[in-house]
Amino acid sequence: MALFEAQHLHKRFADQVVLEDITLAFEENQISGIMGPNGAGKTTCFNVLTGRYKPDRGQVRFDGRDITGLPPRKIARHGIARSFQMMNLFDEYTALENIVLALPEVRAKGFSMTHDLAGDDGAQERGAAVLARIGLAGREHTPASDLSYGQRRALEIGIALAAEPRMLFLDEPTSGLGSDATATLAALIQEIRKSVTIVIIEHDMKFLFDLADRIAVIHWGQVIAQGTPDTLRDNEWVRASNLGALA
Amino acid sequence: MDPQGIKNWFTAPMLVSFLVFGTMPFWIEAIGLYQYLGLEVMIWVIFALAVNLLLGYTGLPSFGHGAFLGIGAYAFGLTQFNVAANLWISLLGAVAVTAVLGGLVAAFISHRRGIYFALMTIACAQIFFFIASKWTDVTGGEDGLLNIARLPIDLGLAEISIKSNFNLYYLCFAAYVIIVAGMWRLVHSPFGKVISAIKQNDSRVAFLGYNVWLYKWLIFTLSCAVSGLAGALFAMAQEGAYINIMSLQWSGIVILIVLIGGGFISFWGPVLGVIFYFLARDILGAYTEAWLLWFGLTFMVMVMFKPEGLAGIWQDGQAMFGRRKAAVEPCPEPNHAGGD
Repeated sequence: MALFEAQHLHKRFADQVVLEDITLAFEENQISGIMGPNGAGKTTCFNVLTGRYKPDRGQVRFDGRDITGLPPRKIARHGIARSFQMMNLFDEYTALENIVLALPEVRAKGFSMTHDLAGDDGAQERGAAVLARIGLAGREHTPASDLSYGQRRALEIGIALAAEPRMLFLDEPTSGLGSDATATLAALIQEIRKSVTIVIIEHDMKFLFDLADRIAVIHWGQVIAQGTPDTLRDNEWVRASNLGALA
Repeated sequence: MDPQGIKNWFTAPMLVSFLVFGTMPFWIEAIGLYQYLGLEVMIWVIFALAVNLLLGYTGLPSFGHGAFLGIGAYAFGLTQFNVAANLWISLLGAVAVTAVLGGLVAAFISHRRGIYFALMTIACAQIFFFIASKWTDVTGGEDGLLNIARLPIDLGLAEISIKSNFNLYYLCFAAYVIIVAGMWRLVHSPFGKVISAIKQNDSRVAFLGYNVWLYKWLIFTLSCAVSGLAGALFAMAQEGAYINIMSLQWSGIVILIVLIGGGFISFWGPVLGVIFYFLARDILGAYTEAWLLWFGLTFMVMVMFKPEGLAGIWQDGQAMFGRRKAAVEPCPEPNHAGGD
């Protein structure tokens, strides 16, 4: 059984059907990709899977448990983290503070009103280790708003990683990145895949085809094709759309 | 407590404020002011700090917070008249009643933010205002609750009278010391970092697994409890609880005070704002009846040119001084355990 399964998801906004009978399965320790044109429903699909929206119908299961329609904080506590397409950092905080807040041990102490967080060496060290992992060592005390675009992208992923998730959803992680930064990001994802199951929505087809074990193509709110990158290269839907112009 | 522990609780700016406020009754008359002004400053500082927990730290615009100052004042009077004429019990009554009513309001508004949150706080404040003005049997209606006593400080073996403004001031100062030290700790705790993260990006906080609603509810209730304490002290200062402090005007003025002081960028903003407000009232007020006009204009100029307020001006000055110093010696580690 797959670690994460979505079955027959439907979602509509007013009279517009955005997701229609979406069924997806993400295997443990794999990188799964979701691709499709603009407006295909990819991000809505992510939002339903991670709890921002409730599906109108269908079921989401994680590790055998039904998590359909749970609020984001409960889904997060099941060990599912996500990054955002629109950058979603705590801009007034330093890079390290951004990470530290995401650590499960700090969340467990969240209601403590007297504990000195800046003096909590354990949390600070673990936060610094996450920063080192995403290539931001030495940037601990830089405010998030002063980081470069690529560094902010990395921090976005770092916050998700700091939560020590079993499952990580990345929403267009390469969005706005140049080719060097994209290569760095691909290396980072290769590194973190050892410890976490990953799902990526992506526009950059080469990036996705190089990384992913399996890819689902979403169009008009439906899964129109799925398989390994190799089988998809020959898929008529993928060829017919511009999506195929990558090999 | 070891030295590091003490450093975590008290900082240099805090000690300076203790020194200034702690000695104020001894020099305030020498500079041409009067004891009651010190009392007002101390009480409003506590209230403004409570408001800034919401406005500056959590980004929650509570535009009806005067209601909770008022509730604290009424509850203090009612406890002393109906339960026990004991200072501690009456203070506890004021804080508890305000916290319960604040918690009730928070339960209805904690899922809101921004302008909707602000409107809901105004609506709730109006409800409390009308209850206070119409429920004459309990609140005294338009006349208010008269003859609230300055109950003596009961220390078991001894009692200290606070009938004089001088003595009451030191009770307020003691409350200030506890509130300031507690709040400083709070805003640097995990809880404080979470509420401040909610201000910056509440949906991301939820995706990290935090219960945003509960954090907002808690900080609102806590802020109300502290406001209730300020209200109780105010009732003793005025020797009564009056309907006008529950009006929206006072809720607005405390917001102006916090913003002029620079509550968004500094813990000390509300303190600076209160001092500025009361000095403006007494000094400008000595020249013109229309001093609020000038105060309002100051506020507008501030919003246009220095939205970070007095604390922002102070920090600019520090930075300028620091640059001059930095030319001579290397810069010290920035921004750690400092005065912001």
